[in-house]
Amino acid sequence: MGRTRNRRHRAWGCGAIVVCALLAIWGATAIRPLNAAQPGEELAITETPVGRMGGSLVIALRSEPKTLNPALAVDDPSREVLGCLNADLIDINRQTLKTAPALAKSWEVSKDGKQYTLHLRRGLRFSDGQPFNADDVVFTFQVLLDEKIHSPQRDLLVIVDKPIAVEKIDDYTVRFSLAQPYAAADRIFDGIAILPRHLLEATYRDGKFPQAWSLSAPPSQFAGLGPFRLKEYVPGQRVVLERNPYYWKQDKSGNRLPYLNELQFLFVSNEDAEVIRFEAGDTDLLSRVGAENFTMLQKQQAAKGYHVADLGAGLEYNFLFFNLNDLSSKGKPEIAAKQAWFRDVRFRQAVSEAIDRADIVRLVYAGRATPLWGQVTPGNKLWIDSALPHPQCSLDHAKELLRSAGFSWKGDGTLVDPHGKAVEFSILTSSSNAQRTKMATIVQDDLSHLGMNVHIVPLEFRAMVARLLNSFDYEAVVMGIASGDADPTSEMNVWVSDGETHLWNLAGKPSTPWEAQMDKLMQQQEVTINYAKRKQLYDRVQEIVSQNLPVICLVSPNILVGAKDRVGNFRPAILDPYVLWNVEELYVR
Amino acid sequence: MQRKYKFGVVIFLLVVVHAAILFAGFFAPYGYATQNRELPFAPPTELHFVDQAGKWHVRPFVYALADDSDNPGAYRTDLNTRYAMHFFVQGTPYKIAGIFASRVHLFGVSDPGRVFLMGTDEFGRDQFSRFLFGGQLSLLAGLLAAALSVSVGIVVGGIAGFYGGWVDDLLMRGGELFLALPWLYLLFAVRAALPLHVSQAQVLLLLVAVVGLIGWARPARLIRGVVLSAKERNSVLAARGFGASDAYLLRRHVLPEAYGVVLTQITLLIPQYILAEVTLTFLGLGVGEPMPSWGSLLASLQQYYVLSTYWWMFLPALLLIPLFLAYYSVADAVQERLKSVAL
Repeated sequence: MGRTRNRRHRAWGCGAIVVCALLAIWGATAIRPLNAAQPGEELAITETPVGRMGGSLVIALRSEPKTLNPALAVDDPSREVLGCLNADLIDINRQTLKTAPALAKSWEVSKDGKQYTLHLRRGLRFSDGQPFNADDVVFTFQVLLDEKIHSPQRDLLVIVDKPIAVEKIDDYTVRFSLAQPYAAADRIFDGIAILPRHLLEATYRDGKFPQAWSLSAPPSQFAGLGPFRLKEYVPGQRVVLERNPYYWKQDKSGNRLPYLNELQFLFVSNEDAEVIRFEAGDTDLLSRVGAENFTMLQKQQAAKGYHVADLGAGLEYNFLFFNLNDLSSKGKPEIAAKQAWFRDVRFRQAVSEAIDRADIVRLVYAGRATPLWGQVTPGNKLWIDSALPHPQCSLDHAKELLRSAGFSWKGDGTLVDPHGKAVEFSILTSSSNAQRTKMATIVQDDLSHLGMNVHIVPLEFRAMVARLLNSFDYEAVVMGIASGDADPTSEMNVWVSDGETHLWNLAGKPSTPWEAQMDKLMQQQEVTINYAKRKQLYDRVQEIVSQNLPVICLVSPNILVGAKDRVGNFRPAILDPYVLWNVEELYVR
Repeated sequence: MQRKYKFGVVIFLLVVVHAAILFAGFFAPYGYATQNRELPFAPPTELHFVDQAGKWHVRPFVYALADDSDNPGAYRTDLNTRYAMHFFVQGTPYKIAGIFASRVHLFGVSDPGRVFLMGTDEFGRDQFSRFLFGGQLSLLAGLLAAALSVSVGIVVGGIAGFYGGWVDDLLMRGGELFLALPWLYLLFAVRAALPLHVSQAQVLLLLVAVVGLIGWARPARLIRGVVLSAKERNSVLAARGFGASDAYLLRRHVLPEAYGVVLTQITLLIPQYILAEVTLTFLGLGVGEPMPSWGSLLASLQQYYVLSTYWWMFLPALLLIPLFLAYYSVADAVQERLKSVAL
């Protein structure tokens, strides 16, 4: 590395001498960024093939970002842009799905698993040239944990009701203390942007942090540790980022990343508009498209100089579930009466076996999806329980199950329960999600072969959520959850009975022995540090889900992306941000 | 003479279309929800009379469709397998007007052959059958809602324009209030108050009520304008001078002036209301899957891949154009007739 640096210096020749002279005059504040590492700068070195410097790329965003303040952003477009402007301490490598050093070059965990000591890279600078050190880290976490700021990331940092404590050991060492051991503690740093204290502290002290870094703020007010910095924001049209000359990564031959000079995000109105712009050559990258658009693009890829890629199952799982909430206080006698069916595990098993998941894959996703029998998708190779049984779609067996539960059929094929009541229920879906409505249409048709009279009720998303979470005025729902991370701790909310997304029963406590067991297993895995032991615990959770079917998992859509052939180092991943996670390594051939 | 002849053709066409929609179960070869999962997005089936060997068949036949192994998602015609078309065949059970149950369909081909006159959708459902069934609800709801909103418009606009003064102010400001209401949230509230599953008859009533009630203010403003100018005409003033009552003036002299506006409004509003059903379905107030409606058949065209890949998905939209033109020419003819009577 040293040799490379020397060569670079020589190449600069008299330019470097001029720089030195300027430095001598203006002092240390005017350090001119150089392509190669500066003395005392601990840069990260990437392993990817060396690219070409320069050039620019364009990508579309399906809506305009709501803010450029990383502590407040919740919407996907904002997060996508902010991911290029900022950096985190520890990163989840999108290809291995394991943690990797970022701004922290290394870290240690204390024996009791409660203390994480992070060693920061030395000599790094924000995109405005100001130095980065432990004070920025402490400031960032102070802001995020401040309840008045209402940062969406605060939840991540509160582990078992206790916020993480941050303390500065020295300028380049920070210690995080947890109230109890937490298996995935290193993963929570992923995506937490480190803020520049020198720019934001005064604003924060004045109580104006929520207004800081809005879309109307001039680019000179921003600084980050990401590969790019803000150049221009044109409302309603685009946001343009330029190369951060102080970025802290370099490639194998000593080029400071990123390779690109410019990255442009175009605002488009929807997926179809994004596809049309890509097809027309206006954009270079395609972040995530539906299966039909993918098939259409695939047909012309050779002729048009781009390629599309099917990365296989992502982390999203779509499922059907029944209302198992206690409705005694809700005054819904009709739904409560039907719960006698829903609560019978044989009924749920029969429904699961009657649904043809392969047809959902074929008809809803044009084959670009993976059938599921548990909540962990095949994309999540670290955690999937591959021993989980995959019962075949079988109407006969489903009928047998129903018969054993006391159901029978009338002459016209209608299924009736032991009291002679015809089985009829409705499935809610979100009308804004075409795929789920289609899924429900297939489920409805499949269940009609069992003699069930199923109605599909499409509702506007918020109206649907209100019924799920507040009024419990529903019978069954088709919906999906897209995990933010591969680790099971990101699923705690769903599988622990007091979780906010424990959708089928929001009583806050287990109402069956298997739910109590799941609670115990999930809590145990959260504090178990050893991966193999955790895997065992989570495998057991997956088994319980697939046997008791509180949710009937259906399919996981594949992650479908695309790029022009001229984009180098294009290595898309199944975890968000799918194509931009290695934006610093992308280059134009 | 020429004109009369044309008018006769139009009326005949309208009768045929309405009969086909009313007796959709009979004219449609399949049920609206019948899925052929092996045949998603199949193109319209061609009817043949001459086979490969050049032999004539009195009975039309169709060829079998098979997956094109070279081109996923596309089909090739299997020229070796023929299915003859039959008439008055037994098929999916249906009910006419919700009362008479039957299984007899006008036409069909022998199993496992399929005949899709307008191709299939993403579940392999026959678009032709769905078009006919979809018309039952859309046409009725569109016509009734347009009639409702225009009649309310005539009454309110007529009174407001004819009497003027504070009556006019009250009615027209009321109408503006209606236009300004945040309907989206009101409709959310309406949906929340309804039971989870809304039956088809309820959907029809809902569509008519919601669309008709939201829509009356615009026609009312237009009609008010016409009435305002009509009541100052010499003929009206003369009639008033001869002692005609307000009701007589409105009925005999003022409102006939608005016929043109009313008819154009109705013809413009019906297609608009058929599409409004899509929005209401989005809010959970329309028809959900698997029930078809013309709105949902047209809405599938909003997707780029459908638009650019499957031309037969345009057929419902293309069929609606002559239908609405036919309505318009009937409206036109009625207006002509009324004018000649009035003269």
